[in-house]
Formats: sequence, C-alpha cells, structure tokens
Amino acid sequence: MPDAPAIDPAAAHEIASHKHERPLVSCAWDPLGRFVLFGSEDNALHRLGIDGLAAAAFTGAHDSWVRALGFSPDGRFCFSGGYDGRLCQWTLDGEPAPPLRVLGAHDGWLRAIAVSPDGTKLATCGNDKLVKLWTITDGLLAATPTGVGTGHESHVYEVVWKPDGSGLASCDLKGQVKEWSPAGTLVRDVGKAEALWKYDEGFRADIGGARAIAFRADGAQLAVGGITAVTNAFAGVGHPGVSVLEWSDGKLATLLEPKEKQQGVCWGIAWHPQGMWIQVAGGGGGGWLRFFKAGEANELHAVKLPANGRSLALSPDKSKVAVALADGHLKIFSLLPKPV
Amino acid sequence: MPSNANPACGSADHVLSRRALLGGMAAAAATGLVRRPALAKSVQGSGKRVLQIFLHGGVSQLETWDPKPGTATGGPFRAIPTSVPGLHISELLPHTALQMHRLGLIRSMTNASDDHGRGQREIFSGRNQPAPLDVPDLGAVVAKACMSDDFPLPGHILIRGSGGGPGNASYLGPRYAGVIMEDAKPPAFTDRPEGLSPEADRRRSGLRSRFNDRFATRRRTADTEAYTFSYGQALDLLDQRKVFDVSLESERDQERYGKHEFGRHCLMARRLLEHGVSFVQVNHSNYDTHFENFDFHIEQLGEFDQPFATLVADLAARGLLEDTLVCVMSEFGRTPRINAGYGRDHWGKSWSVLLGGAGIQPGAVIGATSADGTEVTDRPVDHGHVFHTILQGVGVDSTADFHIGGSDFTIADPAKQPIREMLA
Repeated sequence: MPDAPAIDPAAAHEIASHKHERPLVSCAWDPLGRFVLFGSEDNALHRLGIDGLAAAAFTGAHDSWVRALGFSPDGRFCFSGGYDGRLCQWTLDGEPAPPLRVLGAHDGWLRAIAVSPDGTKLATCGNDKLVKLWTITDGLLAATPTGVGTGHESHVYEVVWKPDGSGLASCDLKGQVKEWSPAGTLVRDVGKAEALWKYDEGFRADIGGARAIAFRADGAQLAVGGITAVTNAFAGVGHPGVSVLEWSDGKLATLLEPKEKQQGVCWGIAWHPQGMWIQVAGGGGGGWLRFFKAGEANELHAVKLPANGRSLALSPDKSKVAVALADGHLKIFSLLPKPV
Repeated sequence: MPSNANPACGSADHVLSRRALLGGMAAAAATGLVRRPALAKSVQGSGKRVLQIFLHGGVSQLETWDPKPGTATGGPFRAIPTSVPGLHISELLPHTALQMHRLGLIRSMTNASDDHGRGQREIFSGRNQPAPLDVPDLGAVVAKACMSDDFPLPGHILIRGSGGGPGNASYLGPRYAGVIMEDAKPPAFTDRPEGLSPEADRRRSGLRSRFNDRFATRRRTADTEAYTFSYGQALDLLDQRKVFDVSLESERDQERYGKHEFGRHCLMARRLLEHGVSFVQVNHSNYDTHFENFDFHIEQLGEFDQPFATLVADLAARGLLEDTLVCVMSEFGRTPRINAGYGRDHWGKSWSVLLGGAGIQPGAVIGATSADGTEVTDRPVDHGHVFHTILQGVGVDSTADFHIGGSDFTIADPAKQPIREMLA
C-alpha cells in the first residue's frame, strides 16, 4: 500500500452528515477530494462541498433519477447519467451552470458511467443491452459514441474500466460478465456471477443483476455486487452478495456474504489498497457498511447504518467513504483510527 | 371436470346449493324483499364477450395509468402522450399508448382492501368482502348471461402461467365455472387416451350414458347431474380440441404477439374470443413488487405492453372490439410512497382500472387523484361500480336478478351502480 494511509475498519466513524429532502440513489467522490456528488429520487445532480457541506443542485437536464456519476481526472468536469437515458456533462466548480452536453445516450435507463483512467474515454451502459464508448477531446464529450458494444442479452447494469485502462468489464441483469476493448469491441465472455441472479418461477420475473462493480487495484480480480440466495424475489428476501471473480478465467474466487446473513442488496463495492473490499448494503436487514479482508468470505467488521445504504464512494486518499442512504442522508465515515 | 365444480348442484345449468339458496334468501331479505326483474334472455347468444387481463399481485397505477412524474412519489419513469389528446400514461406502455383512443381509464378506484385474497375476491365478484353470500365471479356471470345454451365450449376460460383466482361460479353451477388453461395448454384431461379409438370411445360413452339414464330415473341427485354435465363437457372439449391449439395460429401472428408466455396467452385469448367464448381471463403474474418495484415493472410491463396492444388492435381490426369488453385490473394498486428497498407496497386507497371496447366510451378518463397520487380527488368508485359497468357494457342489466331454483340472486351489488359516464 504505497500511498494510502493505514485504515482500521473497527475504528470507522461518522465525521459528516448532510440531509437531502429526498432519498438518495447514488454518490461519487471527485478526484481532487473537494466534493461528493449525489443523485436522489429527484431529477437533479447534487454537489456537496466536503468543507462546510454546502450543497448545490445541477438541474434542468435530467427528467429522471441520476444513478450514474463520473468525473474527468483533473476534476474540472463531471458527468451524470439518468434513468431517462441521458448522459450530461457539467462544469464541476463554481455556481451550477447549464450542462455543457446533454446527449440521448441510451434507449431506456442509463445505469452506469465509467471514465477511463487517462480521461480520454467514457463508457456507459443501459437497458438497451448496450455498452457505449464516448471520446473526450479537450475536456469535452463527443456528441456521438465512437463504439457501441453489443452482445449482452439482458439489461447492462454496470461497467468499469480496468485499472490500467486497457479495457473494460460489464455485467448485466443475469450476471453475465463481458470484457470490452477500449474501442468498445467485445473481447470475450469472462464468466457469470451465478450467485447474483435467478428467475423466480413463482413471480415469473428475473431478480438480481450487478448493482455494484469494482476491480482490485492490480486488475487480477473483479468484484460484482448484488443480491444472492433469494427466496422471495418481490419481497427482496436474500442477502447482499459479492462475487469476486478471477479476471483471467472468470472463475469465482470468493463469494462475499454477511456473517449474520442479514437481508439486503450490495449497492456499492470498492477495493481498498490495504487488501480489503468495502461494501455498502441495504434491505430488510437494514443498512450496513462492511469490510472484507481479501480472500475471506465473511466480513472482518461491519458498521450498522441508520438507513439502507444505496451507494458507496471511497475518497481519493482512501481514508474515508461516503455512503448514500435511503433516508436522504449523505454520510461520510473516516476509516482512520480516532484521534486520541 | 371444471376445477371449481360445485358437486352439490341440482342441475347442470341451474345448480343451487342449500347454502347458496339460504344465502340468496337472506340477501333478498336484506334488500327489503324488493323483487328486481329477472335477467332477460335477449343478451344470450348476442356474441358479447369480456376479456379480462388480470395483473396479479397489484400493478402500480403510477407505473401504468396514472403517472405522477417529477413528484416525490412519482418514481423514475416519465409520462408519454397517447392517441387521446391530453392523456398521458407511463412511458413503460408505448404500444398501449397508441391504442388509448379505443380504451378508457378509471383513475379513482378506492376501497379498503390491502390484502391479496380479499382484493381478488372483491374485484372478481364485485362485492365487498367478507360477503354474507358466496357469489359468482365476473366470468361466471358473463358466461351465464351471454353464452347461448347450445354453445359447445366453456363460456368462462382462465389462461394462466401462475396465480389467479379459481373462476368461482357459486350458485350458477359448474357449467359456468372457470375452466383453466395452464400455460395456454388445452384444459387438463381433454385428450383421448392413447390406444382408445374414437369408435371405442363413442361406444364406451354410450354405455355410460345408458347406465346413467337408468340410474337417473330412480335416483336423480345434484351430484349425478353435475357428473353428467362434466362428462358431457369433457366430450365436447374433446371434439373442440383444436380451438385450444395456439400453434395453429400463423407464425407471423406468433411473432407479433411474442413467443414468451404472456404473448402466447394473449394470442390464445384472441383465438378463444374469435370462437365466441363469452369470458376469457389472461392472468399475468406477478406485480407484487414490495422490492425493486421499478425494475420489476420494466420487466413485467415490457412483457405486457406489446401483446396487449396487439390484441386490442387485432380485435378492432377484426370487428370484434365492439362486442368485446376489455378490462385490465388488479386486486389493488401500490403505495405512492416508495419504500427503502425501491418497492411499493399494497394500496387500495387510490388506484386505476382500464376498460375498453363493447359499450365503453373510447378515450374516457373517469376520476382523478391528488398531485402525489395518495388520494382520490374526484369520482370515487370501487370494484362494485366496475362490476356493474362491465356488465352494462356487454348489455347485461346488472340491476336485475338471476332466478335460479325458485330463488332470486342479485347479479351485482345492489348498493352500487354502473359508472354511467364510462358507458358509450
């Protein structure tokens, strides 16, 4: 762990809290660590300053919830994707201004955004079963995609860049994981996060899909989070699961599950370079922030949240996490030992 | 044999149990012994039919017929315009939106029911539950009122993959009970056993009939009449088996409806309606979305929308819609409030039903809800009013009685009335 400070999951403690009027659905930390963006059950993108917790809303571009968030690596711009299928680019700093770009990116929900590590490309995915690649030139998003990846047979729920920027991974409703080139061409079917999907014969519906995705820093493993061991799809009776797959062959390395099998869904997963997966979950068992030591199936430590967790963001310096909650709170937890 | 046959019947056509008889008398007493007119026979054989699409589990009115985009309760979906100027429905129903000029909406359903069993009984029977009298479902009432005496097929057919009510005929008897087609397959036990030739089968049935007739001259009972009817119906079904074979529809039509379960079921419904079946229910499961309401509605309504719209358009194109009343309903709606698991829970206070076709005012929108959808603000109605309206739409005087076994049974809840402005 060359750059990150030593964290202590058992010492995780809340250091800031902001209450929004609607339940939150997403959050992301800007690369410079100044802001947390969040989406909520309204049609806006919201910016929260870390110092002073001043909130500002970016409105007028989306007419559905904003679940997908991203940033240019230099922190000048941010990107939002909504359940209206739109992809928008905004100037992050200053008074919220009208968007620089509003693109009709997907037919149906746009579910995830991933900006390449070098900031030259942006990937999106959605309910049209497509993965799309967009070029960013001189900071500005191209108006049309440069690559359209086909091959998923169900809604594409998540997309993420490999840490070295050499390609992407996506995962759909049925847990199918695919690898894409940076140009958006299909490289291979990686494997399937089997534990995260089932077809409920009683309800006649699919339940599952990737609700969170992250690579380990060395790119050797891919973690896909969702709900597993579902016994009643429409009541959400199942528990948060994370399938950690070997990237080389797609085989399951570890299925992360809560020790106490609380009900819920994993809505956020992040790799901490101290050798740990950090997960946020929410459901019938309440909201939880959990820490899993790499290679171990059950958590090392869990923090009970006051409401269902719906999104997770690790700060750029890896010392804090932001969690978006169903009760409208955006909470920030320090992972460092408490000052004496 | 129909799944819901009442073995305590007195005749195949007019079956009456002691309990139903006493209940009917009690109901008559409760309504002041005012004798209503008996149902006229004129509707029978008129070719009027009802298609009921039952969205089992409780479809969300906010994700279908009464969207509230941009509000705290509205969820993530937008509203889209329809073929009726000024009328918007959820973006999840783009194909249905193009058929709305043939259909009408009731946006002001309200009742006390938040329970699946109770809600289903209420919407199927049109009576508040628990009811003092076991009453027949809409399908049985429509079959009894509209089917001609010599119609060779069941008049009340339920197509389903999962869930749905039993098609209760109550005092109307097994002839009007729902015959269930599991997964659009012909009713169970209607194929001739392998190795039994048609001639051998005919002789076997003849022998059984002779024994039966001889027995009936001395010891005719409700039970034997019911069994006789069931044998007769089974033989009729055997002869009509091709009616139940959806694969005989063209490949193009199978593609248009979709080869998934609900698509096949809608095509089967069209086939049955074309053959004159009085009441066809297609059950689409499931909408009980306490969790992930939005993802599940994308999936379920994505399956519902195109086959349903295709069916409505086909009925219109074939001249059947003017004689076929179409209804889309659930046992209740779903909570405007979105829960912490992105779900919506049971909600009977303000929800919607769609009607169209025979006797229904095209493009009508009845009632309204508040801006956040939590309460009815105009023209509150319930299952009882809808029951009357459907019957009136197909020409049945819902204020009349069935006269059965010497007793009068109110066809619909006498405390409720049809929604007149919904009727053409």
